[in-house]
Amino acid sequence: MYKYDQYDQAMVDARVAEFRDQVRRRLEGKLSEDQFKPLRLMNGLYLQLHAYMLRVAVPYGTLNSRQMRALADIAEKYDRGYGHFTTRQNIQYNWIKLEDAGDILADLAAVEMHAIQTSGNCIRNISSDHFAGATADELVDPRPYAELLRQWSSFHPEFLALPRKFKIAVIASEADRAAMKLHDIGIRIVKNDAGELGAAFYVGGGMGRTPMIAPCIREFVPLDQLVTYAEACLRVYNRHGRRDNKFKARIKILVHELGADEYTRQVEEEFAHLLDQGIEPPRAELERIKTFFADPAFETDLPEDIDRSDPEFALWVDRNCVAHKAPGYVSAVISLKPVGGIPGDASAEQMRLIADLAKRYSFDELRVMHTQNIVLPHVRKADLHALWSALDEAGLAAPNLDQVDDIIACPGLDYCSLANARSIPVAQQISERFAANGKGKILGELKLKISGCINACGHHHAGHIGILGVDRKGVENYQLLLGGSEADDTSLGKITGPGFDEAGIVDAVEKATDVYLARRQDGERFLDTYRRIGMEPFKEALYG
Amino acid sequence: MKIVTGNDLKTGAVVWWTGVDWSIHVEDAVDAGEQAEDIATREEAARRVNAPYVIEGEKTAEGVRPAHIKDRIRALGPTVRPDLTLKPADPTAGNWVI
Amino acid sequence: MAELLRFRDDEPVDHPAVTVDAFLDQSNAAAVRIEPGDDARALIPHLDHVRLVEVNFPAFTDGRGYSAARVLREAGYAGELRAVGDVLVDQLSAMRRCGFDSFAPDRPFDPADADAAFRHWPHVYQPAADGRVPIWNLRHGTDNG
Repeated sequence: MYKYDQYDQAMVDARVAEFRDQVRRRLEGKLSEDQFKPLRLMNGLYLQLHAYMLRVAVPYGTLNSRQMRALADIAEKYDRGYGHFTTRQNIQYNWIKLEDAGDILADLAAVEMHAIQTSGNCIRNISSDHFAGATADELVDPRPYAELLRQWSSFHPEFLALPRKFKIAVIASEADRAAMKLHDIGIRIVKNDAGELGAAFYVGGGMGRTPMIAPCIREFVPLDQLVTYAEACLRVYNRHGRRDNKFKARIKILVHELGADEYTRQVEEEFAHLLDQGIEPPRAELERIKTFFADPAFETDLPEDIDRSDPEFALWVDRNCVAHKAPGYVSAVISLKPVGGIPGDASAEQMRLIADLAKRYSFDELRVMHTQNIVLPHVRKADLHALWSALDEAGLAAPNLDQVDDIIACPGLDYCSLANARSIPVAQQISERFAANGKGKILGELKLKISGCINACGHHHAGHIGILGVDRKGVENYQLLLGGSEADDTSLGKITGPGFDEAGIVDAVEKATDVYLARRQDGERFLDTYRRIGMEPFKEALYG
Repeated sequence: MKIVTGNDLKTGAVVWWTGVDWSIHVEDAVDAGEQAEDIATREEAARRVNAPYVIEGEKTAEGVRPAHIKDRIRALGPTVRPDLTLKPADPTAGNWVI
Repeated sequence: MAELLRFRDDEPVDHPAVTVDAFLDQSNAAAVRIEPGDDARALIPHLDHVRLVEVNFPAFTDGRGYSAARVLREAGYAGELRAVGDVLVDQLSAMRRCGFDSFAPDRPFDPADADAAFRHWPHVYQPAADGRVPIWNLRHGTDNG
């Protein structure tokens, strides 16, 4: 894991002091809310439905047990005993007081964490593959590149008032577990024919009201030009991105309106210019960062056998444990999606338990998944039963990774001032429905994603089944989408037709899965069947 | 009725204009009538409230009811966490929202 | 004229800045004013006789002026670079980093707050137009090999 040195620590400490001073000036009336808002947002502080909300960065989704315990402490000391893990690998608290914000940031800084640029029109937290450093299919661990970009983008003086927010994801495998092509910049670390590592840049993806899949604008940027190329992408956007209409201000609109070729031409021109400006970090910095992400001391000659005599445990192993690069290990997913639960929420007690288990069984390391679950990345197969038993006791052993009840849901109208409809109750009812009718067990991989408004924080465009909450004359209404994917086969879901009320959308989801169960061929996932048979049979079942 | 609502600047708590001050209980909200926008502007300038806005509502037998579901959720709390609402002892309180 | 905060020793230009269009028409003016939509690079061929570039911030949330400033400094412009308009104390540090060396805000700064803003950051992560040595060079020296 990355560790702060004196410089990193000095920077987050300075940020805490700066924000304390800004809060003071706000409370004294020296700053209006209009002036203060961008400042608090760049420290992760929103004004939400019930209170201020604080979003804390979990850079590239990686944290240790001490940090997780600090998150639990913050939940109890300053909030109401829980937190919500988000689709960008962060955590947010819903009941924060402005007058406490400085103290919370100081508590975070004490464990090398922060809320820097987790909101606002700036470069946000860099996300990555939640199995980085553990999966066998990666070329290299992508996190050192994400950390390099974290440093570059932190307090970048030119990019603090961009047209709109800016999200970057970095992966290093063919499989995409970070929705990379649905980011403002998606970076895939690749190898060229000469065997050298470089970065492929995908620019202009995103969800929101105008979902777009990012085109690849450069297949190979040499690693010693990575930061310079990113800076060129950002500068073209900062100078030319639309500022006349908030809804057209994301970089995807610029890339779309200019055309990928013209945007690329402008980036290349800027890049050629910036190469002479000496902004690239020394090569030694990447090497320094890499040392923090070296493999932990994996044991050898570990047993591969797992005692599967307990069927509940065996199901959890099959569903929630993912192959690891080291023999005798797996990555174990801790589901935050119990049947009827609130997707992504964890209590302080659960966070502390997860922290303890990470310390005991996973080299003190944890990951936050963009699907709002937690990973223990390096668990010995021999420890799985003990781990599962502890999780099961705490209600954290739902065996549902990528199943119909592993639902991504934004906070929706229960918490969010932008939402048009509630997301969480719909998620709760769907998971309860599929638990009660037993169909959840036989559906296989089915990614269901719910957003409470068009901003798409719940990734509804990218769900095999997506649900979008809208406001129809003051009443919550839900549209159904089919056929989206955030993985390497990225696609955008299509709306089935007229929307449904709250009870109706749960029925509609079940009907859609019934079509799949009736029509699936060997080995097909829901998504595969949909792609093969198209929308019509589903429409027929829903509206016929 | 015209209701003025916003959040407390320091704590972020949802608050309602009572005619003289701010209350966290929607039952205390008064009809601010034509003064509503002026009250919002004045109170925000005095930093007694943050991001105030004016909404429609009505007085019912059960008390003041904001017209939009969003403000009813603000008035009560999250429907999915009855324990965190202003009426944690009343398991049916959420019905009022919908 | 707004109160001027200036980090230069030379004499300020004593006449008003002209628009970019006017400047390009009769490019003997020594002071030019860039609006957010203007292309700062259009000035580059003429920088040798410019002594003041004003970059206007009609709204503090419009960050195009930061790029304009860096573009001019990267082109070698050494004259005065002044941020004018809706310039707020919490932007001063970033603006200075992008190459601004004078500030004419619509509303005057509290001097103590402005002073604190410039002194706030002990280090910087990335190079910009102010010559500050980024953290990664403090860690490793300046060798980029």
